[in-house]
This record gives sequence, structure tokens and C-alpha cells, in this order.
Amino acid sequence: MLHTVNKSPFESSSLKTCLSFAKSGSDVLLIEDGVYGGLSGSAHTSWVAEALGDVRVYALEPDLKARGLSGDRLIPGIEAVGYDGFVELACANDKIQNWL
Amino acid sequence: MSGSKKFMYINRHAPCGTVYAVEGLEVVLIGAAFEQDVCMAFIGDGVFQLKQDQDTADTGMKNFSPAYRALGDYEVNRLYVERESLQERGLTEEDLMPLTWEDEDEDWTEKSSIHVVDRAQLSDLMEEQDIILNF
Repeated sequence: MLHTVNKSPFESSSLKTCLSFAKSGSDVLLIEDGVYGGLSGSAHTSWVAEALGDVRVYALEPDLKARGLSGDRLIPGIEAVGYDGFVELACANDKIQNWL
Repeated sequence: MSGSKKFMYINRHAPCGTVYAVEGLEVVLIGAAFEQDVCMAFIGDGVFQLKQDQDTADTGMKNFSPAYRALGDYEVNRLYVERESLQERGLTEEDLMPLTWEDEDEDWTEKSSIHVVDRAQLSDLMEEQDIILNF
């Protein structure tokens, strides 16, 4: 399953809840303010990094750029993808859940 | 000036996901025309508003972040950024866009508008205000 998260982890528990429900092998795509959840060196980095053993986490590059961020600010193991990558993830998974 | 009040605009939201940031900035710029004593505070995800190199071209959204540079010309030259909020987000002062103003009293010397302060200092500053507005 593909999970998308669009809220900052500093404002909402969406990412935490998503990661607690996501089965091993799931894909998690951080979009919009959700990309802040991928930041390295933040107060949330350790529990997000911990989840990387179980699920693959991606962050949408245009949303990073809009916020003045780039792939090199992400926790190692989180991959920045473009809109084409978003489409590929949507096609590769049988279901999508949007954690609004 | 007589009759002026001390205003603080508190910004607590990230720049793009909601309209709080852009609406708040608009209110500050409009309010600046009334020659009040205005300062801004950036706490929580609000500190992301000042992140440099914001580029919204690929998202199809308008990039309003250059408008923060106009604040200095409107004599809004005290932007307090909470140190703890930066640290929690893995940011430092170097990540913020350079915002300056020119000091008329010191031969138009260019000075930074950004002041990184800790939570206790910001709490004291809030007490000094007449009017506080949150965005």
C-alpha cells in the first residue's frame, strides 16, 4: 500500500499514526507540509529514521523545493522523487491511503 | 509618535500548506502603513516561513517569500525568531533568508532585521506589547 502524508509532524500526528499502521514493505510518500517529516537533525528524526527499516519513505521534490529544502536535508534512506515518481508509486501499489 | 501602540504579529504556520503565512504577511504590510510600532515573531513551524531559497515554480504556486524583503522598507525591522523552534527543526540562523533594513539615524547603515531569541526572551517581549495577533 502507498501512504501519503501531507501534514508537518510538528503540527499533526498524521505521520506518527501512519507509520504505526503501515505494514512492513509499504511505501510512504511525504507531500506538501508532510515533507518536514523527512528532515534530518529535527526533533522527529529518530522515530522516522527507525521506521525506515520497515517501510520505504519518499519525499516529493517540488514540495521540498517550494519550502527551500532539498534532498540533502533528508534523513539518509529517504528518497526525493518528482511527480513522475509519485505516479510510479501510485501505479506500483494496489491501494493508496491519504493520511490527511 | 503619540497614540501609537506596540503590535506583535506572531507567525506559527509553515509557508505553503495553509494560507496563514501569506495572509499574515499581508496584514503586516497593510498595517505598517498606519505607523504603529510593529514587530513580528516566528515560532513553531512559523520559522519555516523565513527559510531561504524557497522555489515554488514546480508546484505551480505563487512564491510570496520575496515579499518578506519589503518589510524593512515599511519599518518592520524587528523579526524575532525563536531559537528552540529552529533547533527542533534542524535549522540554524544561516538557513534563514537575509533580511535587512537601513537605519536612518546611522547614515543608512544596513542592519539585519532577524533576531534569534530564546523562548524566555520572546515571552518577555510578548508581555511588553499592547496588541498581539496570531497567524
